[in-house]
Amino acid sequence: MLLLLTVHLAAALVAPALVAWLGRRAFWVLALAPASAAAWALAHTAVVRYGRGPVEVVEWIPTLGLELSFRLDTLSWLMTVVVGGVGALVLVYCSAYFKPTAAGLGRFGGVFTAFAGSMLGLVTADDMLLLFVFWELTTVTSYLLIGHYADRKASRRAAMQAIVVTTAGGLAMLVGVVLLAHEAGSYSLSALLADPPTQGPLVVAGIACLLAGAVTKSALVPFHYWLPAAMAAPTPVSAYLHAAAMVKAGVYLIARFAPAYADQPVWQWTVVLLGAGTLLLGGYRALRQHDLKLVLAFGTVSQLGLIVLLVGQGTQGAALAGLAMLGAHAMFKASLFLVVGIVDAACGTRDLRRLSGVGRELPWTAAAGALATASMIGLPPFAGYVAKEAGLEALLHAEGDPLGWVVLGAVVVGSALTVAYGLRLWWGAFATKKAVLTEAQADDGEGGATTTSLAEGGHESSAPAQITHPSLLLVWPALVLALLGVAVALLPGLGEDLLLPHASTYPHGEPGHLVLWAGVTPAFWLTIGILGVGGLLFVARDRVERWQGRAPRVLEADRVYRRSMRRLDDLAADVTAITQRGSLPVYLGIILVAWCTAVGTALASGTSWPDAVRPWDYAAQAVFGAVVVVSAVLAARARRRLKAIILLGIGGYAIAGLFLLHGAPDLALTQVLVETISLVVFVLVLRRLPPYFSDRPLALSRYVRLAIGVAVGVVVAGIALVAPSARVHAPVSADFAEEAYEFGGGKNIVNVTLVDIRAWDTMGEISVLLVAATGVASLVFLSARSGRIFREREAPADRAVWGGVPDPMAAIRRPAGSVQVPADAEPGAPGTRRAGVGTGARAREWLRAGRTLAPQRRSVIFEVVVRLLFHTMIVYSVYLLFSGHNQPGGGFAAGLVTGIALAVRYLAGGRYELGEAAPVQPGVLLGLGLFLSAGVGLGALVFGGTVLQSWILEFTLPVWGEVKLVTSLFFDVGVYLVVVGLVLDVLRSLGAEIDRRAESGEDEVAADAVGGDDVARLEAGETVPARAAGHAVERGSGEGPEVVP
Amino acid sequence: MIDMSPNLTLVVVIGVLFAAGTYLVLERSLTRVLVGVAMLSNGANLLILVAGGAAGGPPLIGVTPEGEMSDPLPQALVLTAIVITLGLTAFLLAMAYRSWQLHRHDEVQDDVEDRRIARLAARDERAFEDTDTEGDGETLAEEAAIARDETDRGGPGSGAVDHGPAQDDEDSTAGVTR
Repeated sequence: MLLLLTVHLAAALVAPALVAWLGRRAFWVLALAPASAAAWALAHTAVVRYGRGPVEVVEWIPTLGLELSFRLDTLSWLMTVVVGGVGALVLVYCSAYFKPTAAGLGRFGGVFTAFAGSMLGLVTADDMLLLFVFWELTTVTSYLLIGHYADRKASRRAAMQAIVVTTAGGLAMLVGVVLLAHEAGSYSLSALLADPPTQGPLVVAGIACLLAGAVTKSALVPFHYWLPAAMAAPTPVSAYLHAAAMVKAGVYLIARFAPAYADQPVWQWTVVLLGAGTLLLGGYRALRQHDLKLVLAFGTVSQLGLIVLLVGQGTQGAALAGLAMLGAHAMFKASLFLVVGIVDAACGTRDLRRLSGVGRELPWTAAAGALATASMIGLPPFAGYVAKEAGLEALLHAEGDPLGWVVLGAVVVGSALTVAYGLRLWWGAFATKKAVLTEAQADDGEGGATTTSLAEGGHESSAPAQITHPSLLLVWPALVLALLGVAVALLPGLGEDLLLPHASTYPHGEPGHLVLWAGVTPAFWLTIGILGVGGLLFVARDRVERWQGRAPRVLEADRVYRRSMRRLDDLAADVTAITQRGSLPVYLGIILVAWCTAVGTALASGTSWPDAVRPWDYAAQAVFGAVVVVSAVLAARARRRLKAIILLGIGGYAIAGLFLLHGAPDLALTQVLVETISLVVFVLVLRRLPPYFSDRPLALSRYVRLAIGVAVGVVVAGIALVAPSARVHAPVSADFAEEAYEFGGGKNIVNVTLVDIRAWDTMGEISVLLVAATGVASLVFLSARSGRIFREREAPADRAVWGGVPDPMAAIRRPAGSVQVPADAEPGAPGTRRAGVGTGARAREWLRAGRTLAPQRRSVIFEVVVRLLFHTMIVYSVYLLFSGHNQPGGGFAAGLVTGIALAVRYLAGGRYELGEAAPVQPGVLLGLGLFLSAGVGLGALVFGGTVLQSWILEFTLPVWGEVKLVTSLFFDVGVYLVVVGLVLDVLRSLGAEIDRRAESGEDEVAADAVGGDDVARLEAGETVPARAAGHAVERGSGEGPEVVP
Repeated sequence: MIDMSPNLTLVVVIGVLFAAGTYLVLERSLTRVLVGVAMLSNGANLLILVAGGAAGGPPLIGVTPEGEMSDPLPQALVLTAIVITLGLTAFLLAMAYRSWQLHRHDEVQDDVEDRRIARLAARDERAFEDTDTEGDGETLAEEAAIARDETDRGGPGSGAVDHGPAQDDEDSTAGVTR
């Protein structure tokens, strides 16, 4: 069976190419797939008859208990023959039905074949989850087929309606499957049916959900409306999906579970009420349709109700009749759809008010239609007759059950309606109608007076349609199906023989019989009555139609559906409006309040408070703690940006002290370095932002924020109190000390943890850094990964870096300038003497690119200090990097120290100085770093280790002495490079690039935002030595604008 | 086993950091949000450390006897967290700068689209037009009348005029324009 499914899948996949290559003839090839399924089933007829059908099981997802299990029993056999046989015939029909130039034929062929495959899987699956998967596949493929003409609104709407209704049912079915499987303890269909759980509310709910799936799929009331709307699909789709295959999936489900659950009240009431209702409603509405396909669609709805009534009844006789009806219906209804398709192709319309004389022009088509119609209305000796007789017989034997009489009544009335609309269908399609002719030829309004129904559409639409002769190839699939309807009925005992094995699994009743002549029984008289009443209804069709037209309109399910979809949209909009306020503080507030409530409740109720607390480990902790607390409170209250940032920095340094006291020197070191760089970065951006936070006058919201903040603080403090004593296991790090030295070759356990024991974590974390760096760069550079590297030799001669503010010292500088700073120039008059300064001047520079700065921005002391410090810091960082394995330090700390060194160079000398200090793109550093970490980790594989495993190499160098090299050092070097890359990226984008923009005028600095240029101000007016602190300087007072002459 | 009784000083510090951080995060100015995030991460780092047990000697072999060391695992976790906070800070600052570039301030504004939807919902208007689900008053029969497949009509019948192409054109335009 897997092979057959694979064949279908392969056919579906190659279908587009095949159609492009062979054109319409490709449908012949595609037809082989369903044909092979039918042939396979037919070949197994004998073994299936004796209950030894083939079984196939392949494990799929063992952890979920999901297997690809299939089996072929009688019911599956019947469905497979129907699905495969009708599918093949319809595909052959397609090859002549569509125009060779019709759009989307390749897609159509592919989806159609895929549908046939899904259907095959559905009816043979023995695993309920697998069944559900195929069930949903048929839903999706039918959606695509109904919406084949996607440019038509009606098609789109019908497809959407069908998928919404059937998917909703499908999901309910999934719930039902899970409930039942949970009760049964297995997802296997055969296991469940062998020993079905029958007690308990869960089982009842499961059955109800299962039925919901069947009811929606088989278009029973009140979900029947999607089926007539789905007639927007091409006619072959209607013939296959909406007559033979998909709508039968629901019937299949009911027939499958009826032996187990037909006794349950929920089952009985659902089947009887919905089945009977559908049977009557469909027949009633079919009487009034003018479009032949709509007549058939409502007829199908009606017949589905009938079949569900029979197979869901729970007695063996009714079940046999139902199965026979299922097969018969597939044959005659598919045939009728195909016939209507021929009429449509020949006449260009399906409106029975415009069709006249078609039977004379297309005799074979008319004959096929007549045979199929006869089977549908239950004339002997057709399959439909045999099935209906058996059904009536079985229902007559349901003694003492009041529901049985209701069902019988419904079946009799429904059958009479079937006779009426069946006759009307054939008459409408093929008869020669005087009314149409008179009206068209003589334009005589009187002629139509007797048949109002025909004249209803107005004169224009009642013009008779021209008839052409489509290919005869179209006729014979229909004819084959129609003739089969006679053949199976005429072969004595064939149907009974084949279908009885499934019918006999039903618990009640006597086995039924499928015979052409059972003698003069009550059922026979009922049939006579049905045919008579049906015939009368057909003769009086115009009166019936008029009467229906006058009858008060009840609520149409279709309109209810549309209205409820509209309500759903409105509800969604309201919910969106309420929940999605678009305000970040509101979202965060809600999340935090919910978090406080949940965690706070758990804290208060489900935990035990510690028995003992310590005020502190060391008294110094209280000092640092007080600094953190005070700075946090002040920072929260600060109105100036710079003040808030500096207070944050102070708090950060104090936390480093707490780390140190806690016994974490690595953390303390890293924290200090990070705080420093953070401050620099903050200040770089604050240059652009207004100096003060904007006023938030809403006092109330501030108290709300305060309340939430305090609540969060209290809850977290509670966690901090409870968490330490909540530990029940020995820490995983208990053996770290030993492992770190034995395997990691280092004495600094924290560092070995980072680069060896938990190296995977670190790898993820440096990836995050890389992403963050890239994010910063792309937010600032926008179009490229990063800008060019500013080299000193390319700097323009105007010395404008960080210019733009008045130079208060200009007057003093000029006389001294020739001595101290030879290349001095006024901001207003860009220096042109650069050539004259030449290399001699550079030789006396402390920083290579110092002369690119505007003179008022330079500080000799700062430059000297940087000159002296830079290399020391780099050497120190290298020391940290190499010693980190045994002492506090490591790649992170080393990278941060290098980063600070670069930041200092930038602060002292501007962007050209940064370019000179690190003439490399940060992306290169980041990539190289990640490659070193990951690449070296992978390298371990080459030597037969696991990824990121490290080795300890000990050897002796001639002069050096003993060397102990641990390969995880390379990992640490990678970390180092990534961190340096991050800092460099930040300096180049938030520092250098923002400078360049300000100077080139790309960033228009708003008048009120100039005040934010604190760095500029402090450099302009304040004491120069204070700049060594870089950031911690208040705005200067000496900012009197000095006009440069 | 390490002493697991909580250190009150640190508990208070953590509580204050979280309270102040939350207060700031609920603001609209990105700079303040950023300061809040930094405080929250400082608080969280301390919390991890406290959850790991009481203070001890630095986890350096040879410096501290093994029984007196503080737990190295939370330290390793916190160390990377500190550096990642730096990355996050830089990223948020770049966002603040970008916001300034575009709007001349760094305030997080309400989402305009969300507010439009809320406004329309309050007036019971629709935020979008979905003609496919709206009923346009056409009955099933009217829809069916214009839905035709692209069929091969075959040769003209006896004396019948082949008006197939014209008919088809009409249909396809009808299908598209509606």
